[in-house]
Amino acid sequence: MSEMKKIKNLKEFSTSADRFEGANLLCPGCAHSIIVREVLNATNDDLVLSASTGCLEVCTAVYPYTSWDASWIHIGFENGSTAVAGAEAMYKALKTKGRLKQPDRNPKFVSFAGDGASYDIGFQWISGCMERGHNIMHVVLDNEVYANTGGQRSSSTPIGSSSTTAPAGRVSYGEKKNKKDMVAIMASHNIPYAAQVAPNKWKDMVKKIQHGFAVDGPVFINAVSPCTTEWKFDPKDTMHLTDLSTDSLVFPLYEIIDGHELNITYRPKDVVPVEEYLAAQGRFKHLFKDEYKYLIKEWQERVDAQWAHLNRREEARV
Amino acid sequence: MANTGWNEFEIGAMLRTFEGKIDDIAGTLQEDRAYTQNSSFSASVADWRIEKPVFNKDFCIDCQFCWIYCPDISIISRDKKMIGVDMDHCKGCGICVEVCPTNPKSLLMFSEQADEEAELAQWPAKDKEKK
Ligand SMILES: Cc1ncc(C[n+]2csc(CCOP(=O)(O)OP(=O)(O)O)c2C)c(N)n1
Ligand code: SF4
Ligand SMILES: [Mg+2]
Repeated sequence: MSEMKKIKNLKEFSTSADRFEGANLLCPGCAHSIIVREVLNATNDDLVLSASTGCLEVCTAVYPYTSWDASWIHIGFENGSTAVAGAEAMYKALKTKGRLKQPDRNPKFVSFAGDGASYDIGFQWISGCMERGHNIMHVVLDNEVYANTGGQRSSSTPIGSSSTTAPAGRVSYGEKKNKKDMVAIMASHNIPYAAQVAPNKWKDMVKKIQHGFAVDGPVFINAVSPCTTEWKFDPKDTMHLTDLSTDSLVFPLYEIIDGHELNITYRPKDVVPVEEYLAAQGRFKHLFKDEYKYLIKEWQERVDAQWAHLNRREEARV
Repeated sequence: MANTGWNEFEIGAMLRTFEGKIDDIAGTLQEDRAYTQNSSFSASVADWRIEKPVFNKDFCIDCQFCWIYCPDISIISRDKKMIGVDMDHCKGCGICVEVCPTNPKSLLMFSEQADEEAELAQWPAKDKEKK
């Protein structure tokens, strides 16, 4: 294994030479690129990357431009994970046969994909990669919606959110199904590492990414990615929204080692009411009408129950 | 390349972002890289901006919050010091101003047409209400 990059503090981290470039076409204030930067800058090793169709891919590979200073491939919506897994399998085979020109460079294999590409359309591909034990990391940029095609609901879209295919209006409060628990599903493949991260907690995130790079086997990372366009907030407030998401425990930060050892990695000093998180976003605006206020109460109860569940799992080590 | 019709593209494309060979990209800063025209680094999104950030180094404590949270790799930090904003790649989102912890802030948003020197000369004073 190559030496892990030393990142003691933010000043030290800021000496990194980014391998992701500006003048990409992501919206101003998009969190996708903040997440990508934190992942790529967590290592100095070579990178073999993919992106499944979605905002990140579409906005960083507009012919004749690319924003990636590393080997990067895009094929389709569903198969970014298997593209990287294929490269990793080839790498392993060449290494075994002694045919690598530079056998000690230790590249890292990372697949980036949206929630639509991960929770829905690439689901079986990712599950296959996890089950087959490829030495890859799959990172979900979780903005809880198909953002790139205009905001259709995905199985990551939470209850009460208004999307173009489950809009709030006279007869409906929007999304009626609860968000799929993807981290738990992926951890159930008994992979060495699964974690939820958020770009505001960069230290927690970098530590998890480095842990993921260090283990042998598949790694699953779910990163909350506030979307200024679909969540409907001002671009300058992306980090404020991320803070609300972690501090209201809507996006709790935790890791699951070997499918069972759950550790909560961030416990907010002052937990923010879920209502504040919802109120900061246009996609939940209608919940503040009198007839839907009960949904806000249910939201809080769901978040409390999820937090209690994580705490029980942490204690019981199951 | 600019005049390629929609039906004239090759199926599949491989783009190289650097001229020649680079052995250690992660150890090579942007100013030392031989970017090709295919890297989006060679392009600009400056015309997206309605407002622009202005940096006042007098108040900056080099915390690097703006560096880590900039989505557009537009905060230039070298040797652990914030030295300025890359105005070719900044889209004017304003995140850097929001996360700047100093009082007064070391980064503020102004209209794209504002005169930087003039704004620096009349920078707001410390806000006594805020801790
Ligand atoms: C097989 C297939 N179905 C549908 C599409 C159209 N499509 C392109 S991007 C996209 C949405 C991507 O959503 P997500 O994965 O959540 O990424 P985001 O844009 O939100 O980051 C869709 C539906 C496609 N390219 N391929
Ligand atoms: S629509 Fe959302 S996810 Fe897509 S580029 Fe814009 S802010 Fe980013
Ligand atoms: Mg999405």
